[in-house]
Amino acid sequence: MAKLTRRTMLQAVGATAAAAFTWTAEEATAAATQAQQARAQAAATGKPYARKFFTAHEYATVTVLSNLIIPKDARSGSASDAGVPEFIDFIVSDQPARQTAARGGLRWLDAECTARFDRRFTDCTDVQRRQVLDDIAWPRRARPELSQGVAFFTAMRDLVATGFWSSRVGVADIGYQGNRPVAEWTGAPADVLSRLGVAYES
Amino acid sequence: MQVIRSPRVYDVCIVGSGAGGGTVAKVLTEAGANVVMLEGGPMWDSAKDSAMFAWNYESPTRGYGGDKKPFGAFDGCIGGWEIEGEPYTVGRGAWRWFRGRMLGGRTHHWGRISLRFGPDDFRRKSLDGLGDDWPITYDDMKPYYDKLDSFVGIFGENHAARTGLHNEPDGIFLPPPRPRAHELLIKRACDQLRIPIVASRLSILTRAHNGRAACHYCGQCGRGCATHSNFSSVSVMLPPALKTGQLTIVPNAMAREVTTGDDGLATGVAYVDTQKLTDHHVRARVVVVAASCGESARLLLNSKSPRHPNGLANSSGVVGKYLTDSTGLSVGGHVPALAGLPRYNADGTGGAHLYLPWWGDNKALGFPRGYHVELGGGYGMPGYGFLSGIHNFPGSRGGGYGAELKDEYRRYYGSFVNFAGRGEQVARADNYVEIDPNVVDKYGIPVLRFHHTWSDHERLQAKHMQETFRSIIEAMGGTPTSPMPTAAEDYGLAVGGLIIHEAGAVRMGHDATTSALNRYCQAHDAKNLFVADGAPFVSQADKNLTWTIMALAWRTAEYIADERRKGNL
Repeated sequence: MAKLTRRTMLQAVGATAAAAFTWTAEEATAAATQAQQARAQAAATGKPYARKFFTAHEYATVTVLSNLIIPKDARSGSASDAGVPEFIDFIVSDQPARQTAARGGLRWLDAECTARFDRRFTDCTDVQRRQVLDDIAWPRRARPELSQGVAFFTAMRDLVATGFWSSRVGVADIGYQGNRPVAEWTGAPADVLSRLGVAYES
Repeated sequence: MQVIRSPRVYDVCIVGSGAGGGTVAKVLTEAGANVVMLEGGPMWDSAKDSAMFAWNYESPTRGYGGDKKPFGAFDGCIGGWEIEGEPYTVGRGAWRWFRGRMLGGRTHHWGRISLRFGPDDFRRKSLDGLGDDWPITYDDMKPYYDKLDSFVGIFGENHAARTGLHNEPDGIFLPPPRPRAHELLIKRACDQLRIPIVASRLSILTRAHNGRAACHYCGQCGRGCATHSNFSSVSVMLPPALKTGQLTIVPNAMAREVTTGDDGLATGVAYVDTQKLTDHHVRARVVVVAASCGESARLLLNSKSPRHPNGLANSSGVVGKYLTDSTGLSVGGHVPALAGLPRYNADGTGGAHLYLPWWGDNKALGFPRGYHVELGGGYGMPGYGFLSGIHNFPGSRGGGYGAELKDEYRRYYGSFVNFAGRGEQVARADNYVEIDPNVVDKYGIPVLRFHHTWSDHERLQAKHMQETFRSIIEAMGGTPTSPMPTAAEDYGLAVGGLIIHEAGAVRMGHDATTSALNRYCQAHDAKNLFVADGAPFVSQADKNLTWTIMALAWRTAEYIADERRKGNL
């Protein structure tokens, strides 16, 4: 992570010394732009991700599964467009307590597909994959004998969601508008307040 | 073992650089004292070391901090619940101990909630017969709360004027920020239920103040503020102390013992350099222990000598006893009215813009002490754990995958609110710390053993929190996201220590047989030894304790300066 140094910060806010300053709208905009550009540049010069935990086949399975959970749509890209498989590989390598469940869960999925279709999940057709997922993606209505598959898929759904929505792609899609300096806090906009039927005290 | 002895004799040695130590350093250096400050962790500079404006996707864990950073990868506080090589043990009951190890200590971590204790909070025994009264009153403390408000800068409003609650003293405030949209919705529900809800009091600058810049509303106070717009000891207390040229900070210095002379008075502090693993001794005419409640008790109990066989300041045997934490629990809820609204930047300041002071009549409620409520909700920066468990959310499709699921996440974002209660525990002698007879840390310093349980005073208060928070969520048209815990589950009460408000293990009092410190936080047994953190507290309140730690430390420091002028120290 690029460090936001004192110098960068002072440059960003247009201040010349460590003296007291207040924000103008221009300074806030300049600071936001500069801070985000500096960070985007730092991210762009990073090395490409090298797989840490999954085998090539496991990784391919995670990728297919992630894109079924969060596909591309009119508003944003797919899980793999947002770097979700890299994130999952990293987090499983970083959290040993997840490793057996992740590896074993992927094997469970291949075993289930092999039993039903005589092929691994990645070699199945889209229709075949969905048949299996439909049986494990709805915990309350899943058949008891598939409970291990349900547990695996539920954990995967949460991990894919974390990886997707916390990514640059996901943050833009979900509409988070913060993490930037604001010259003056004015509260929530009028359209939000009127939808809620509340108002500021005058 | 060779001990490296400093030839210099300082006027004052302060152990700890957090809320209490930082305040004492500011006041005493400005009064002309030569001060040496020992800090167990490394140096830290808010301007250089803060992760302000970082995105969660810049961290490979998406902001998850694991054991090393339990409050997130970008959290400004170095330390945690478990520190390698620095164990603690638990005897009866349960306890968790969060320690900050860095310049400024846990002031990097806290929520900047800056509340004065009220008049009742210093005399609870007189009011309900439980615990003890403080040896001082609100009137003794008011001038120091005023100095603190004026110097540090906090936003807020007059809660008493707004609510009629007499135990919520006024202060000196910068203008509070407007509430966020979900906070207005919570306010409407509270108004219906006749629960008071007022502007928060946070030590975050809504105007430029005393040479520090106004807040820029990124909501990331916990990461450390690069523009010094919120309070931390490093951003606010230590710069003026350093400016005097009278403060020497020794980082990575873990105090082992307060040393004493034949006359029983403190002579200085022995410490370990945690990086070089060398032993040192620094001499001082006055020693102020401000290492945090638990660490201060530990240091005194470990400072045994022929004149102080039970540890320093402990002829009464009271050191370690009357340990308290705030009670705490949280209830979340999904509010359909908040789902699918137009997005806006809801960051604001760190923490909630609105606050619920304690409003209940304890005589009518069946439990003796109150609590306040902290609010959560809005559009936070997506990070690790984002909308986890969506298949169980109220009104959800129950799982699934694909385009519909993707839309479901969009709909749920920002539709949750959270209520965290923080209440007063009644202090009891049988909640205590002692030195574990069998365990030392990696520096060879004996460690603390904690004994802590809740009583029905706290359990019934927790039940009231649960019922209240659920009723607010329901009044908003929402659904709580967790079932009501049972009595056997302590109604969801957090394990002691988890709220990180520990206090009381070196308490004040008029009587030297039942207290360790007098009304100036001066040891009854050694007049040149003082304590300046949460340890002197006789009781908690239904309010967070940092503002009282600092006001009390300011008062203690002025007393030390006065006594030095008079030649008494």
